[in-house]
Amino acid sequence: MTQKMAITLDVNGTGHEIRVEPRKTLCDALRADCGLTGTNVGCEHGVCGACTVLMDGVPVRSCLMFAVQAQGKALRTVEGLSTGGKLHALQQAFTDNHALQCGFCTSGFLMLAAGTLEQQPDIDDESLREVLSSNLCRCTGYQNILRAVRQVRDAGKAGAR
Amino acid sequence: MKAGSFEWHPARSADEAVALLAQYAPQDGRVIAGGQSLVPSMALRLAFPSHLIDINGVDEFAKVRVEGGELVIGACVRHAAFHVTVEPGPLGRLLVQVVHDIAHYPIRQRGTFCGSLANADPASEWCLVAAVLGAKMVARSARGTRVIPAADWFQGIMTTALAEDELLAEVRLPLLPAGTRAGFYEFSRRAGDYALAMALVSWRDDGDAMRDVRIGAGAVEAQPRRIAEAEALLEGHPFTPAAIEAAAAAASAAVDPLEDVHTSAEYRRDLVGTAVRRAFAQAGS
Repeated sequence: MTQKMAITLDVNGTGHEIRVEPRKTLCDALRADCGLTGTNVGCEHGVCGACTVLMDGVPVRSCLMFAVQAQGKALRTVEGLSTGGKLHALQQAFTDNHALQCGFCTSGFLMLAAGTLEQQPDIDDESLREVLSSNLCRCTGYQNILRAVRQVRDAGKAGAR
Repeated sequence: MKAGSFEWHPARSADEAVALLAQYAPQDGRVIAGGQSLVPSMALRLAFPSHLIDINGVDEFAKVRVEGGELVIGACVRHAAFHVTVEPGPLGRLLVQVVHDIAHYPIRQRGTFCGSLANADPASEWCLVAAVLGAKMVARSARGTRVIPAADWFQGIMTTALAEDELLAEVRLPLLPAGTRAGFYEFSRRAGDYALAMALVSWRDDGDAMRDVRIGAGAVEAQPRRIAEAEALLEGHPFTPAAIEAAAAAASAAVDPLEDVHTSAEYRRDLVGTAVRRAFAQAGS
């Protein structure tokens, strides 16, 4: 066991002062040290995308980074999507379109979609399919997830918080 | 699974990075850039370095630029940088075409071009680009800098000419002359999976004849390479469907394909011909 390091993670605009071993992944630190358990951990080797978070505005796999590497970065997790008890447009659209069943993949899909629509608000259908192929869902068959994200894109609400 | 213990050494400059590497490479130290192959290898305990020299904070490694007829790609330039054209010529357009087949969107935000070259997976798209276009790899260490041509770089599956105390500081790709046409095609069973075969082709149309024909295959043998037998059938000849068909068949016959539980050598050999044909069909001007 190597020495723990004192680091600060900026998550959803709040600083979290934590002590972690360098080998601790960002997703484990978010859950165990920051207490933010909305980010799920699936495969732990970058295949499933359940742990997707935003780092400086772009979606990344939080299991493929060590927490110490995320110092000084602006992190956003699913806990940061809703504001004042009001769901983010994507969360509402996932609900309305039955884009989740068991929900394990949902926080990853929401952050993937949120980051993508913020970067590319006018993304075309083919590119959106390519982006959403990044994450695995074993319940929905993907069509309802696509429908939900397209609905938000079409409504131009990606920036609405 | 979780990665084993290691000490983390963030570097702020290239000089600091090579100094740290000189110190820690003999103690099982490794460089981490995007980490999109290294971190899963560590999680699966296929890799367990004692020290990681982290070069993500080295600003000089984050740049891509054109210099002396070459596209110079720094050690920390992410795959996602190539979602848009990084230079206005045929090379910039080819790289946009290729990048979409690399893993998935979030992986491309973090993984790096040079990391793919250093990892040298047989199914790496950037390794095929480097092999076919004749990239030069610039290796830095505390001992100095040396340039390694693509022909000497690849030394088998996930093995390169890089010494343990060297880091791949940049890759230099020759710009493609105006009028060059280039195409890429890869086949995988699911979006984002490792390719089972891929092909990259480029040529110039000189009146009725194809010139500077390059045909390469990746994800087929231990390392990507050009296929001289196929190129020779097209060099100096007009672009016709029959000629492309003959070149695809020659490429298919020339390779010595890897086998795995999902893919027989025979199937992979057949895919090479298909990939070459489709790469020509996809070629933009």
